[in-house]
Amino acid sequence: MPNFIMSYLGSTVTPGEAGNQFWALVYVLIIFAGVSLAVVAMNWFERKALAHFQIRLGPMRVGPHGLLQPIADALKLMLKEDIIPAEADQFVFWVAPLIGLLAAFTVYIVIPFGPSQAVSDMNIGVLFMLGVLSLGVLGIVVAGWASNSHYPLMGALRSSAQMVSYEVAMGLAVVSAVLMTSMRTGTGTLSMIGIVESQQQQGVWFIFKFFPLGFVAFVCFVIAMIAETNRAPFDMAEAESELTAGYHTEYSGLRWSLFMLAEYAAMIAVSSIAVTLWLGGWLRPFPNLLHAPAWDFIFSLFPSLTFGALAAVAVVGAMRMPAHSYFQVQRIGLAVFAALLGLIALFLLVIAIAGRSSDATVAARLCEGIDCVYWFVLKVSLFMYLFIWCRATWPRYRFDQLMRVGWKVLLPITLVVLILTAIVGVIVS
Amino acid sequence: MVPITTIHYLVVAAALFVLGVIGVLTRRNVVIVLMSIELILNAVNLNLVAFSRMWGRLDGQVFAIFIVVDAAAEAAVGLGILIAFFRNKDTINVDEIDLLKW
Amino acid sequence: MNPGLHQALIAVDTTSIGPGMAPVATPFFFYLLSGLAIAGGFLVSTRRNPVHCALALIVTLIAVANLYLMLYAPFVAAVQIMVYAGGIMVLFLFVIMLVSIERASRDRRFNRFWPVGLATACGLMALFVSAFVKGRALFPDRMIAIPEGSNTQQVASMLYGEAGRMGQYTFAFEIASLLLLVAILGAVIMTKKKI
Repeated sequence: MPNFIMSYLGSTVTPGEAGNQFWALVYVLIIFAGVSLAVVAMNWFERKALAHFQIRLGPMRVGPHGLLQPIADALKLMLKEDIIPAEADQFVFWVAPLIGLLAAFTVYIVIPFGPSQAVSDMNIGVLFMLGVLSLGVLGIVVAGWASNSHYPLMGALRSSAQMVSYEVAMGLAVVSAVLMTSMRTGTGTLSMIGIVESQQQQGVWFIFKFFPLGFVAFVCFVIAMIAETNRAPFDMAEAESELTAGYHTEYSGLRWSLFMLAEYAAMIAVSSIAVTLWLGGWLRPFPNLLHAPAWDFIFSLFPSLTFGALAAVAVVGAMRMPAHSYFQVQRIGLAVFAALLGLIALFLLVIAIAGRSSDATVAARLCEGIDCVYWFVLKVSLFMYLFIWCRATWPRYRFDQLMRVGWKVLLPITLVVLILTAIVGVIVS
Repeated sequence: MVPITTIHYLVVAAALFVLGVIGVLTRRNVVIVLMSIELILNAVNLNLVAFSRMWGRLDGQVFAIFIVVDAAAEAAVGLGILIAFFRNKDTINVDEIDLLKW
Repeated sequence: MNPGLHQALIAVDTTSIGPGMAPVATPFFFYLLSGLAIAGGFLVSTRRNPVHCALALIVTLIAVANLYLMLYAPFVAAVQIMVYAGGIMVLFLFVIMLVSIERASRDRRFNRFWPVGLATACGLMALFVSAFVKGRALFPDRMIAIPEGSNTQQVASMLYGEAGRMGQYTFAFEIASLLLLVAILGAVIMTKKKI
């Protein structure tokens, strides 16, 4: 068995390339569990962050500082009554959230967490990702139709029109990033791992390449991805004040939670795509400039430092709990959580020291793998914070303003960026 | 098991084609007739890509891409005509769309 | 776990393709995908509710895209999913919602002359069957291996390259973009309430 695991860890290709279905299945399960955990954490983080933006506290009661609130929410949603509208189409009503979930989760097949840590690195990875994301629109349209009531129908039509419009701008921004992969070698690549490796070869993240062209393409992609996932300020379709929650009005309990799971999973998926295409994927900052082993070691300490900082914040929070008997349970709970984070920090520190100092294969490979996954997850978390920040800051776009931005502003800008990238690329090389 | 050859793909394409023809010739709803036409175009695409694989050249795949583009244009125009007609006559049955001028 | 079991966990190629191809369990996936495609096609032709027909057509389109993947045409498969399943079917669903009046789904499904249509389709099927049976010798049993790595590049050089063996479809590509422009204009003008 250790030989089996070592023979996999020693490989330099993804399970899909090697035809190894067992490890591909293991990866799929890990991704599924990881994304679900991330969605739960995102739920908590969104409520706390929105609350602090609005100078209030957010959930504080359920666990220490509301840490168990998502679990309470999930339990409540699972135990709610399953209401289906009377004249609704039963089969279509049942299948609509599944289509959205399928589209959101299938994107994770091509997302690379490391140089060989993807489920399957297809040669057409970017095309596959764009195509599968566009299948999410179908789930929304069908959900609005199946509810057999006019608020969901109007919400679904508006939402799908918005998503289809911003897919065009998203595709063009992605094409300009793919164009940059061919600048040094002469042949570009559509595979996601190939894009990150070409960023490593060219020594620059694509967001900084041909400044400001890469940056403008990145900003256009970020705007398009916020619109594509129906998040504020583009959440006309699910605006509670105008449309009583839009296409998922008639969905209650577990079905609604499937829609929310699909939305958050889609958010994490498009953030991962933005990180892979423009922010260098799993590469640590300055991989070529600061290449000495000392710098490698310093950057390997970052995972344990992050968890150590989180553990310190949790300890400070436990110490600042009011000295009342009601809060003793919360204080103990937060202290246990801090201890857990501290243990993880210690474990990562041991792996970092063992991996970088000696040349033992297991520790070195584990250290590299953990570093790649850590930098990737850190960048995606920054994007999650950006989503919440945008939601807290800006008012909602009206629907005609939204369509105007999608067609009359983003589409010309992405076209111009694409043409300029091509011209500058030909001039430079 | 019998290894999968070109004829297997051609049989599937022929079955899809015949199902599409049945849909075009027998259904009343114009939208479903248009969807059956898309089914026919898909059958032709499958045929082309199977032959492109058989001969080892890419012309079949390029032609299949052109057919997909053409199907998109035709679906858009056909549905536009349907919407314009629906505004005038308030029906989408092929039995009732039988006047050139009313 | 012994290495023998490790070997057995990797799928074995069952078709007569040359060495260097990625192994897939071909007959199982072929029968599964073609069964899905034909079942979806059958549901498109026979369901009463147009939304059900649209969902069945989406299933058929995705099954056919996977069949393209089995035929080593990944670019056509990606184009099919992006354009057909992600674009055209959304358009169909939009129009179904705009024009589907309630009594339409309770009307008769098939039109007045459906026996003639069915007989024509059966005749067409008989024609196909006879063509396959008589022309079986024309189709060689062995499929030629196409390298998968550069399929997109080869298709792109045929579409965008200079004149000659590569790039013989550049003019057709430009005409296709013109066709799309004309279709957009036509659809917009036809659905305007006042021109």
